[in-house]
Amino acid sequence: MRGFVNGLIRLRRGPWETVATVLIAAGVVMLMQPFALAAYTWSFAVTLTGTVMFIVVSHFPE
Amino acid sequence: MTDDIISRERAAAPGALRRRIGGLSDRALAWIFIVPTILLLLAINIFPLIWTIRLSLTNYRANRTNAELEWVGLRNYERILTDPDIWNSMQATAHFLVWTLVFQVLIGFSLAYLINKKFKGNDLWTTIIVLPMMLSPAVVGNFWTFLYQPQIGLFNYVVAFVSGVDPSSFSMIGDVRLAPWSIVIVDTWMWTPFVMLICLAGLRSIPDYIYEAAEVDRASRWRQFWTITIPMVLPFLMLAVLFRGIENFKMFDLVVQLTGGGPGSITELTSINLKREAFEKWRTGYSSAYAIILFVTVFGLASIYVKALNKVKER
Repeated sequence: MRGFVNGLIRLRRGPWETVATVLIAAGVVMLMQPFALAAYTWSFAVTLTGTVMFIVVSHFPE
Repeated sequence: MTDDIISRERAAAPGALRRRIGGLSDRALAWIFIVPTILLLLAINIFPLIWTIRLSLTNYRANRTNAELEWVGLRNYERILTDPDIWNSMQATAHFLVWTLVFQVLIGFSLAYLINKKFKGNDLWTTIIVLPMMLSPAVVGNFWTFLYQPQIGLFNYVVAFVSGVDPSSFSMIGDVRLAPWSIVIVDTWMWTPFVMLICLAGLRSIPDYIYEAAEVDRASRWRQFWTITIPMVLPFLMLAVLFRGIENFKMFDLVVQLTGGGPGSITELTSINLKREAFEKWRTGYSSAYAIILFVTVFGLASIYVKALNKVKER
């Protein structure tokens, strides 16, 4: 966990990609879940944030 | 090596061209070859994408090109993301996507595992299994509507024969509970061979000596399956899931032909819904925003998938 946080602080690719991946997955689940309309409403913002973050952080050093 | 090629090209070219090539650096030559492709990509991929983003922020209607274009900001996105009908269509797509992937991976891998064993008529069975994939989705959709007919459909008779229920007592396409499953069955029937072929390629790429080494170490069949077969087929399997996932996310033709999105809108997948908004209601700006939402979702999923695939390959 400490390594993960250190990676985030030092702008390393691995941990940031993990954060972006979690955001994209959460966004897709929110888009397609049948339980809460509010989650559906915010799904695109979450997916877009994750996707843009993924593109940016994939240029970070390993 | 590169110098060799360039000098050979130079020698073969006519006089004027030879002088021109002679004056170009390797980098310049590389650009000359790449630029047409980049221009083509910009023209047919990037420009339409940017144009769609622009349209998604307006109230543009393709059937009223003379009407004044109004800038509506993010209102189209707001309306889509609060619309319960589109939410339902997202759920219909999720149901279709999840179940087709589950069935296609399970059945496709099992078939590949069986076909990979040496037996008589192996090639004939492979050809027979692959046949549905080669048919047109429109044709498949059409003949499955006949198979699903409650009175004359073969599917109902098979179900009746197995379960004992009256064949005309249920309609796969007409019943709101069964219709989502009817499209899952047809897509699974049609595209499982594709997953099977990819898994078969994975299984055939595993060298025999790995299994022989495992035999020497007295590893059981079960252990060989989980520690050799599955890890080595996994990148292939993930590739199959990526292809099928993206294809099924934008599934259109098969479902339109089979159910037309009905009964009601229970099988109206996002692509069908999008087509209705764009080309029946002519809400071009609104449907552009809808298309951008779907694009970002598929792009995000593909990014995760490529990352996972690279990780599996590194192992």
